Amino acid sequence: MSITAWVGCLVTAGGTPISPAEQEFVFLARQMQALSLAVHIPLVCFGIAFPVLVLFAEWRYLRTGDVVYRVLAKRWSKVMLALFALGVVTGTILSFEFGLLWPTFMASFGNVFGLGFALEGFSFFIEAIFIAIYVYGWDRLPPRLHLLCGVPVAIAGVTGSLFVIAVNGWMNHPSGFTLRDGRAVAADPWRALFGNPFFWHEWVHMYFAAFIVAGFLLAGPYAWGRSRGRWGRYERLALTIALAAAAVAAPLQPVIGDWAGREVARLQPVKLAAMEGLGPTTSGAALHLLGWYDGSEVVDGVAIPDLLSLLAFHDPNATVQGLDTVPVADRPPVNTVRFAFQAMVGIGSLLALLSVIYLYVRFRRRRLPTSRWFYRAVIAAGPLSVVALIAGWITTEVGRQPWIVYDVLRTSQAVTGARGIPIGYGTLVVVYLCLAVALAWLLHRLSRVPLDPGLDLDLDPDGQAGHAD
Amino acid sequence: MLTEIPIIFILLGLAAYTVLAGADFGAGFWTLVAGGGQESRAATRDHARHAMGPVWEANHVWLIFVLVICWTAYPVAFGSIASTLAVPLFVAAVGIILRGAAYVLRPQLQDARAVESVFALSSILTPFALGTVVGAIASGRVPVGNAKGDLVTSWLNPTPLMIGTLAVATSAYLAAVYLAADAVRFGERALERDFRTRALWAGVATGALALAGLLVVRVDAPSLWAGFMRGAGLVMVIVSGAAGLATLVLVRGRRYGPARLSAALAVAAIVAGWGVAQRPVLLPGLTIEQAAAGRATLMAVIVSVAIGAVVLIPSLVLLFGLFLRGHLDAAPEPRGHAPAARPTSGAKRIRPVAAFAAVSFLVGVGFTFFGDHGWSFTVGVAGLVACAGATFFLAVTLPRG
Ligand code: HDD
Ligand code: HEM
Ligand code: HEM
Repeated sequence: MSITAWVGCLVTAGGTPISPAEQEFVFLARQMQALSLAVHIPLVCFGIAFPVLVLFAEWRYLRTGDVVYRVLAKRWSKVMLALFALGVVTGTILSFEFGLLWPTFMASFGNVFGLGFALEGFSFFIEAIFIAIYVYGWDRLPPRLHLLCGVPVAIAGVTGSLFVIAVNGWMNHPSGFTLRDGRAVAADPWRALFGNPFFWHEWVHMYFAAFIVAGFLLAGPYAWGRSRGRWGRYERLALTIALAAAAVAAPLQPVIGDWAGREVARLQPVKLAAMEGLGPTTSGAALHLLGWYDGSEVVDGVAIPDLLSLLAFHDPNATVQGLDTVPVADRPPVNTVRFAFQAMVGIGSLLALLSVIYLYVRFRRRRLPTSRWFYRAVIAAGPLSVVALIAGWITTEVGRQPWIVYDVLRTSQAVTGARGIPIGYGTLVVVYLCLAVALAWLLHRLSRVPLDPGLDLDLDPDGQAGHAD
Repeated sequence: MLTEIPIIFILLGLAAYTVLAGADFGAGFWTLVAGGGQESRAATRDHARHAMGPVWEANHVWLIFVLVICWTAYPVAFGSIASTLAVPLFVAAVGIILRGAAYVLRPQLQDARAVESVFALSSILTPFALGTVVGAIASGRVPVGNAKGDLVTSWLNPTPLMIGTLAVATSAYLAAVYLAADAVRFGERALERDFRTRALWAGVATGALALAGLLVVRVDAPSLWAGFMRGAGLVMVIVSGAAGLATLVLVRGRRYGPARLSAALAVAAIVAGWGVAQRPVLLPGLTIEQAAAGRATLMAVIVSVAIGAVVLIPSLVLLFGLFLRGHLDAAPEPRGHAPAARPTSGAKRIRPVAAFAAVSFLVGVGFTFFGDHGWSFTVGVAGLVACAGATFFLAVTLPRG
């Protein structure tokens, strides 16, 4: 029996194969999904950026023979493996949750976007295999081969994020299938996932975000250690590398963000209107900083005339579509989206500023900054960049509501009919809290492992004693 | 035909997961049941903990593989299974988090018995829960629809419970065989003897459970039983039994290498047997053919698995080759002889790199900011990435002034 006939016969039998359930749990299910993503995504940042940094350090060691690079690469790779393992399990939870929370979504559209996850699965395989070889192979494999074994890990970080974000891009801008009775038929998964104009900016933006988050979070402990007098050559080098990774990405992120904003304006005008709290359709629309959306416009904010049109369409007189173009039931929760978006852009600007200061001092003065305030800012930048990351995803995902597949399937239609979500949610909260405590404890232990006492790390390779800045 | 190929992938993945990750779970089991041997409990636990080494993550990915193929190729079945069997699946998910945490914390856990017991329990809970999922599907208790089956009685039944127990026993058995082999590699005679004894007992127990399981299936799931008793289903049952017996003989004779293979065969045969016995029905009233996604999707799955396999199989061979030959064991640090230090020549190359960074900055920002076509964004992103890379290089390697 063909799919169509099958669907046809179910429809006559009373509904699509998997029918929507009661709505009582939708909100909790959304919370649960959001919680799991908020745990997974910061870990993923390390999965993407850490291999690149570790490989760079090892490569410098092979080039210069400077052991401190090697010590750094080796110690970092242990942390990398631990974070990777947690990325793996939290990601597995997400895969389970797709089925547990959104069975109708999976049943109706799995055939369209599932391919993305299948490809992602292969990336994970490669990543898991080579990360094991790399981390357990220190001192065992010949140096060059060892370095080479790390390369697939970094590549898999690129492809892994590419495929999963292709799925997200598809959810935001669905295509590549025919809709019949609430289900996708005649799916063309290749076109749906990769012929989609929406996901490229998401992917690039996320990739840069990964370096920002991983870099600042990694730099934090060394900046902290500096105030405690831990400021040898090893620590300075570690801070230099971590901070450099974040600092080259953060000032470029607004450029990519601008691209993202223009794509959203073009393809998801309602989301843009929610991000900006724009009630009526307006030409030459103003941009509001801060303030509150009261159901028709932003109050108590600072308005900058024409700026929204300029940013969204690069034309000060362009017409920007407002929330009033869709019925109330089709609008996302405006204040959540708007607040998240402003948080991301605000933090992003601060991080860019901090980065420019760092790069300026590093290049002009050829040293690390010395101000105590700079290091305090670096300590704060780590957690703030995570906030920006999550806020960005809230903008994207909540801004897409009430749709799970934009304009096609509502989140409330996708949710599971199974009871017990409150229990599941509660359990997950407890488990993740324990996991966070365990991770903090572990990182603390790892940071206390003494540096190899046999090596004099404070000597530069050319024999010069390193001096504290 | 086309519609059944992804099922074959799923069963292959399931067999690989049972054999490989099963052994990981079983190692957790033996940290809990560490007494009764010649070696001390502590040494036994250490040995079992060690076994969760480099291959743990790769073994775990097989589960992801099974899930994603299932939801891509048989979406309706996936939605029905996941919603009806939410309870055991959620339990398995929590078990997996705990297990992952155990893996991460493993080196630091020597003195935290209470915590370790939680992890060990999760190694029993997870295969048990996943086993009940298989049992519930196999005994036809998952109706098509969004949570249409009962959340509790769908899996709290003879066949699911039986298969859950069998899954735990199989893991313990596989792990004991592997751990005995590992002990040989480390030259630990006493541990080897202990795990050999454990493997033999666990093997007998697993075999007995499997036979009992068949009887349960006969009463509880007659149509599955019929499938097992005819044609290819019967062949698989016989192969599995024979391989199981052969493993016992091999373990007795300390031939652990071949024993690993025949143990794997015993498991793979029973998974294949399940597939054959249930064919062509996936869920009650839903055949594989009806459940399958459209042709384009199936083709895409098959093509990507084929391409993936080309990359994956050599990588897996490399990993297991290194692992089994002990090349990835923790080693006392041999002092790596540093490559001859070269004079740091960074200084000379600063100018060209800086110029490159500046040009790519202009290209990147220009094309990204003013672009509105695919190609201009491609150029722009390339520029941004080049700029970031070059600046990063400079920021790290610039000599101090
Ligand atoms: C460290 C993280 C970080 C920083 C500093 C920024 N972003 Fe961002 N942003 C993200 C991390 C992020 C993200 C979490 O990665 C998102 C979610 C979805 C996506 O594609 O990227 C995102 C989404 C996102 C979107 C929505 C895209 C969509 O819905 O498809 C826009 C319009 C912007 N960002 C714009 C900006 C601007 C103008 C920034 C300037 C300062 C900025 N972002 C800084
Ligand atoms: C493919 C299946 C996916 C499903 C079913 C899904 C569904 C959802 C749902 C229902 C929410 C809750 C929205 C709300 O709270 O209002 C959510 C939030 C979120 N999603 Fe998605 N999503 C999917 C894919 C993704 C992907 C691929 C990403 C990232 C790459 C992602 C990132 C997020 C984030 C970060 C949130 C949190 C928003 C918040 O904190 O409220 N999602 N998702
Ligand atoms: C909603 C969606 C998501 C799902 C279902 C999901 C699923 C998974 C799964 C199953 C794993 C474990 C793979 C393994 O066993 O090795 C994983 C890890 C990973 N995920 Fe996610 N993921 C999601 C969101 C994201 C996002 C937003 C990214 C970001 C770019 C991402 C990138 C990765 C990467 C790179 C890994 C490898 C583990 C690591 O490096 O830490 N995933 N994900």
